[in-house]
Amino acid sequence: MPILEGEGVRKYFGGLAAVDHVDFSINRGEIVGLIGPNGAGKTTLFNLISGSLVPTSGMIRFKDKTITGLKPHQICKRGIARTFQLVKLFGEMTALENSMLGFLFGTRTGAEESKVKEASLELLDFVGLSSMAKVLGRELTVANQKRLEVARALATKPELLLLDEVMAGLTPAEVAQATELIRKIRDKGITIFMIEHVMKAMMDISDRIIVLHYGEKIAEGTPKEIAANTKVIEVYLGT
Amino acid sequence: MVSLFLMLILFATAPLYVSAYHIISLTSVFMYIVLTVSWAVFSGPTQYISLATAAFFGLGIYVTAILGKILFLPIVIALGGLISFSLALLVGLSSLRLRGMYFTIFTFGLSELIRHFVLWWEVNETGTVGRWVVGVDPKVVYYVMLTIVMATLATAYLIKRSKLGLALRGIGESEEAADHIGINVNAVKIIAFAISTFFMGAAGAIMATRWTYIDPSIAFNPLYSFMPVLMAIFGGMGQIYGQILGAAILTLLADLLLTKFPYYYMLLYGIILVGVILFLPKGIVGLEEKIKNWRTAERTREYADS
Repeated sequence: MPILEGEGVRKYFGGLAAVDHVDFSINRGEIVGLIGPNGAGKTTLFNLISGSLVPTSGMIRFKDKTITGLKPHQICKRGIARTFQLVKLFGEMTALENSMLGFLFGTRTGAEESKVKEASLELLDFVGLSSMAKVLGRELTVANQKRLEVARALATKPELLLLDEVMAGLTPAEVAQATELIRKIRDKGITIFMIEHVMKAMMDISDRIIVLHYGEKIAEGTPKEIAANTKVIEVYLGT
Repeated sequence: MVSLFLMLILFATAPLYVSAYHIISLTSVFMYIVLTVSWAVFSGPTQYISLATAAFFGLGIYVTAILGKILFLPIVIALGGLISFSLALLVGLSSLRLRGMYFTIFTFGLSELIRHFVLWWEVNETGTVGRWVVGVDPKVVYYVMLTIVMATLATAYLIKRSKLGLALRGIGESEEAADHIGINVNAVKIIAFAISTFFMGAAGAIMATRWTYIDPSIAFNPLYSFMPVLMAIFGGMGQIYGQILGAAILTLLADLLLTKFPYYYMLLYGIILVGVILFLPKGIVGLEEKIKNWRTAERTREYADS
């Protein structure tokens, strides 16, 4: 059953189509990867889903309801959370406060303020930051900043999580931890749509992969199928 | 808490044993505390530097100038606040999409626009440039201002500790991230901006009674927009007590310099401001931090030596 569907999604910047007539569908409980060379339109597609950008044409549906044209905060409240390619934390706030903000504002009903702190601590523990609760966002290492951004996104109680290169810049050991964390998130019943350049991790973790090139979808399938797809190989390695 | 209570008693009883001159001077201090702290409620955490304080303060002044003769004083003051609040809602809807420098220039332009509009109105419709305002006993002005100070401080403190305060800080640090975790950034900005202007309007409404004569260049003097920014930076923008210190010290300093060195007043004032901003970028509050760091360094050195 699809949780997120896109139909003919298109975004022009001036005369250039950053995302060109892309159809996609993400099923509940899946981990779907989004890959493609630099400038393929991956982050633009995420921006269209999260509401940072409004599509030039096409339609995006979340849980069978159209979300195109909604503001990011409205889309967040409906159950889509995201992280950013370049981490956007609240640097002058502690890890705890970062996560608390997600709880306080991210859901439609709003969280009970008295329980927010406890829930935030639990969440920090879940992403492996329990000892960092009182550290300022800007003082964390890159790997921990990325974890905190995931925690803040999870605090908004999403059903779909968009991860934009959470593994970029991490050491192999940290990549393994991140992979583990993403699996744990999926096991909580949260659907994951992720952009990643770390190919090995992507192949290990994804149920399905979508490939973008110059804004167009050129392939879609299981990691095995994608690895064997001649078009994809051509795009990545050249002919 | 106890010291706060003692200070309140001290200020509440001040008119009994303090000279009339000092009461007036304290009223000025209170006025700048209100303007600075309320300015910082919005501009502090969000980093949206507003230069529209004079617009809302002046509006309050005009509310008293026009309605002061017909209505009861507390009602006039509440109206001064409410009219500022309503205008801020309108302005917020149209301007808070602007960011950084554009927002600052817009707010400055707004103040000037209102000043010129009122001037045009007075000349063409009323037929006079200025207005007489019914005077009020300086002690009454003092007590009203003390009440507004307390209301401002209580509001600033509560907002800072509330969900709204946390959201404002989030907006200041990353508006995009704040939006994506469910904060309705425009609504939060507009409501905080409007709340902060309520106190500016109320302060203007009571201050008008002290001046007896006002005209648009007195009421909407751009200095009322610039001073709160300077005072907040001077004292330390991040802490309410820093804002209070900044407002109090700079008001008293201006008073002192003006009376002792009437010819060099602005020059000395300028030098002191430049000095503080150069050497204490975090304001007076930053001084405390510096001393603490210096002491720790000293102790570490002693420890290393032994």
